[in-house]
Amino acid sequence: MKKPAGTLSHITTPVRALLHRFAFILLVASAFGLMLLGKADILLVERARTAVTDAVAPLLDLASRPVDSVNGMIVSLRELADLRAENVRLRRENERLRSWQAVAQRLEAENTALRRLTQAVPDPGLRFITARVIGDPGGAFARSVLVNTGQRDGVAKGQAAITSAGLAGRVAEVGSRSARILLLSDINSRIPVVVGAGRDRAILAGDNTAQPRLIYMAPDLEVQPGAQVVTSGHGGAFPPGLPVGVVSRVGETGLRVAPFVDWAHLEYVRLADYELSGVLLSPEPPATLEANRPQTPAGAASDAAPGTAQRAGQRAGR
Amino acid sequence: MNQTVWTRLDLVARSLFPFALTLLLVMASIVPLRVPDLSPIVPALGMIAVYYWVIYRPDLMPGWAVFLLGLVQDLLAGGPLGIHALVFLLLVAAVGAQRRFLVTGSFALVWAVFLPVAAATFFLIWLLHCLNLDMLIDARSVTFQYLTTVAVYPCLAWLFAQAQRAVLR
Repeated sequence: MKKPAGTLSHITTPVRALLHRFAFILLVASAFGLMLLGKADILLVERARTAVTDAVAPLLDLASRPVDSVNGMIVSLRELADLRAENVRLRRENERLRSWQAVAQRLEAENTALRRLTQAVPDPGLRFITARVIGDPGGAFARSVLVNTGQRDGVAKGQAAITSAGLAGRVAEVGSRSARILLLSDINSRIPVVVGAGRDRAILAGDNTAQPRLIYMAPDLEVQPGAQVVTSGHGGAFPPGLPVGVVSRVGETGLRVAPFVDWAHLEYVRLADYELSGVLLSPEPPATLEANRPQTPAGAASDAAPGTAQRAGQRAGR
Repeated sequence: MNQTVWTRLDLVARSLFPFALTLLLVMASIVPLRVPDLSPIVPALGMIAVYYWVIYRPDLMPGWAVFLLGLVQDLLAGGPLGIHALVFLLLVAAVGAQRRFLVTGSFALVWAVFLPVAAATFFLIWLLHCLNLDMLIDARSVTFQYLTTVAVYPCLAWLFAQAQRAVLR
């Protein structure tokens, strides 16, 4: 940089240094200010974040496509190598699944009959929005991914993000053409689940490791490793019964769950648009059994539920 | 006349190059690579870029640019706001003070200095996240992230040096 010559530089140089220092202090102060702002005004920060992700989404969408193509090629080459073994395995699995299909059909029929008998209101329908994963911020402090669908595609906050294997997370922020999925392993993720055949309630709490913890479980319950963990549907945001994972570790330090979802191959997720998302405000709650809904808030929901049970009781009495 | 406008535009574009490249790297680091277990320990490319340019072209990596890069990183990562903005600024202040000594140093020396600088930076990031959440976060992941970042430094620094020679000279 060219310095001004003569006596003027004697004056301007210190002034410039002072200004420079002042600007630096101002920037540091702004950074602290932003940290406080993030704590105080969550909505504003969220809006800023979605604006940036919306702006970057087309670029990320473009950039992630070649990566996916190359990955697809690698996967198909690997599959080609053990086509025969895979075929044998699939045949065996198909046989096993067929018997399961028969069981499922029988149970479904039985379930329908029983539901009719107790006049249970059917679960609301599910609509799925398929989204491509275009961004994975990574790092040690958060577990989230960005997807290429947003408000204009019907994505809304709180929707469950699932893969063919099981639950992956939930929609945390929505922009117009992008959304952020908070994965269930994130330190801020809390998902109500039921565990095992006993359907014991618990909360699946992420801690940034690959295997989230189960918390708020009744202390006297015995859980075996391998017990299935599915969403409970409490709170109404998630459909009940979505597979989450299996209990992988039981010990002094607590219960850990190995999720079914394959984090490395999270290419597409389905966002479940559960028609019940407004359960806490809607006048007609889902008619799940009374015992299954302990945290019904006061108001319309708790008024309507006993009525449903009563009607069912009258019918049974007749 | 026409030529001077173009030369000036060219000059502006060139002087924006370090900032643009770093911004691109910050964005590129969130492209999903679908490599198993890489995501939690993905190297902090933005940090490397800021460190490099502050040593070799501090005039083209001013405070506001560093602040902006940190902010974009925070916004894209979905974490608390302001952490990277602050940490990058402190990194620049610390490295800027020793710049004269580093700019004439060998490649190995600059890399060797990056080791403690990156360690301190990652520690600060970890500390600020812990304070923000009001709980202790497992430090293993961030340690591995530090190691990958340090390991990637030579490749990236070499690329920057090539780019600097091609664009800024």
